[in-house]
Amino acid sequence: MPSARTLPLNVSELRTEFPVLSRAMRGKRLAYLDSGATSLKPHSVLEAERAYYEQLSANIHRGVYEFSERATILYDEARTKAAGLINAAAAREVIFTRGTTESINLVGYSWGRKFLKPGDEILTSEFEHHSNIVVWQEVAKATGAVLRFFPLLPHAEGLDTEQLEAAFSERTRLVAITGMSNVTGYKPPIGRIAELAHERGAVVLVDGAQMACHEPVDVQALDIDFLAFSAHKMCGPTGIGVLYGRESLLEAMDPFLYGGDMIERVWKDRSTYAQLPEKFEAGTPHIAGAIGFGAACDFVQDVGLENVAAHERELLEYCVARAEARDDITIYGGTNTEDRGGIFSFNFADVHAHDVGMILDSHGVAVRAGFHCAQPLMRVLGVAGTTRASFYMYTDRSDIDALFDGLDAVRKIFL
Amino acid sequence: MNLGDDLYKEIILDNYKAKKYRRRMDDADISREGANPSCGDDIELFVRLNGDRIEEVTYDGAGCSICLASANMLCTALTGRTLGEARALFDQVRSMLTDADVPDFPEYASDLEAMQGVKAFPVRVKCAMLAWSTLKQVVDEHGAAVG
Ligand SMILES: Cc1ncc(COP(=O)(O)O)c(C=O)c1O
Repeated sequence: MPSARTLPLNVSELRTEFPVLSRAMRGKRLAYLDSGATSLKPHSVLEAERAYYEQLSANIHRGVYEFSERATILYDEARTKAAGLINAAAAREVIFTRGTTESINLVGYSWGRKFLKPGDEILTSEFEHHSNIVVWQEVAKATGAVLRFFPLLPHAEGLDTEQLEAAFSERTRLVAITGMSNVTGYKPPIGRIAELAHERGAVVLVDGAQMACHEPVDVQALDIDFLAFSAHKMCGPTGIGVLYGRESLLEAMDPFLYGGDMIERVWKDRSTYAQLPEKFEAGTPHIAGAIGFGAACDFVQDVGLENVAAHERELLEYCVARAEARDDITIYGGTNTEDRGGIFSFNFADVHAHDVGMILDSHGVAVRAGFHCAQPLMRVLGVAGTTRASFYMYTDRSDIDALFDGLDAVRKIFL
Repeated sequence: MNLGDDLYKEIILDNYKAKKYRRRMDDADISREGANPSCGDDIELFVRLNGDRIEEVTYDGAGCSICLASANMLCTALTGRTLGEARALFDQVRSMLTDADVPDFPEYASDLEAMQGVKAFPVRVKCAMLAWSTLKQVVDEHGAAVG
């Protein structure tokens, strides 16, 4: 069983486990401030994937020989680990997908299109990543359901919690909400939202892409129905992620993709389908990815996600304090570090985010610049884009210092 | 100075800051929008023609310094030039930015050489090309009609 390390995180020791951190970028010390896009990967995850290919390579399920059996066990263990990470009641409630986007699409197709009726309401927010808006626009188009949005506080500092309840109606059937904004780090009150939704018989889907990697998540305590997240943002490989679904809902849904591995019996003209979770996993899955993901679950739990959250919070406070001490930075999402994850979005004077990002790049600082797959939120903020620095367990103060040194260079060039 | 800082050569920054041609044109014969969805550059080009000659060309919009400087340079180079010359210059700019060709710009367009450094940053090539790609659409449509 993984045992949490002692607080505070020993970041310099942790950093040695991430090979990319020992590389230079543009000839400078790498300050990796783009973990919101994807996290770096530790040795143990790389090793787990490699070991599968080097020592087994076999496909799962159907093999009758030792290596296939062993691969199947590792794949199933990964599911159990992922279930443990989010405290799912059973491993069969964990469906492996390609990632958050596919998980949300799965719910859109298999639940939304089956159960939503004309006039039913899908409640979401302008904080959403495109993957949690565009899917629902299409589902609404196909079913006649209507998209509604939670009211926001001024300057998009959060949801207006006074008006949470008023956003619901008799017809609210689904709440599709982010667990943490990938633009401002804002964390909506998921527990309260789930309570309001369930009082009205609505189903709650949480986009956990930024949440599951940065803080402990307990789907039973939060009482949510679906949780979508990606391995690659939590030290795991790309191309693998999870849809957690409450068993009764997954049972009631139709399969998403059809073909091999998801069937029970096939005749010429009809088929019956496998039980959970295979029902939703057609075709050969990303076996190596799942095994790497299992190692990532061990890794983040060993570090301790509450420790990660505390560490990022401290970094955010440091970063916000440094930004507030200057007159050339506009911070988005407010300066309050409560209810916020380790994400810092800003603009530098009137310099375009791409110019900022590019000059930072030349100083070894990796940030993201643009609209961050969140155009509706950009419209609320009244900007075309922002520069975003995002943190993780291995981020340290020198990374943030490098960011501000880089901004001094932007100042010299542009102001 | 290193690679990135170096890209921001004076000519580019001057064109970005000068904004000489950055304005909408009410009596334009043609206006054309161009956008770069991956990075949010969004510009509009305005052209007033006299036969096949570009009497005036301006731009407006939002974008990074590379995108807007490139648009300003385009206007500087093409004011008073023919659609044929515009087309030829487009080809040269494109091959400079995408095929690593060493450009041989006519005297009136020699400032464009400052954009060569963008080539080292593939993601920014689109920014530098946006105004030019937009112009090419104008030329393709109207060059045929006039020519
Ligand atoms: C909040 C949020 N939702 C969804 C996604 C999409 O995740 P993926 O690209 O792994 O499917 C992301 C990734 O950027 C995200 O930050």
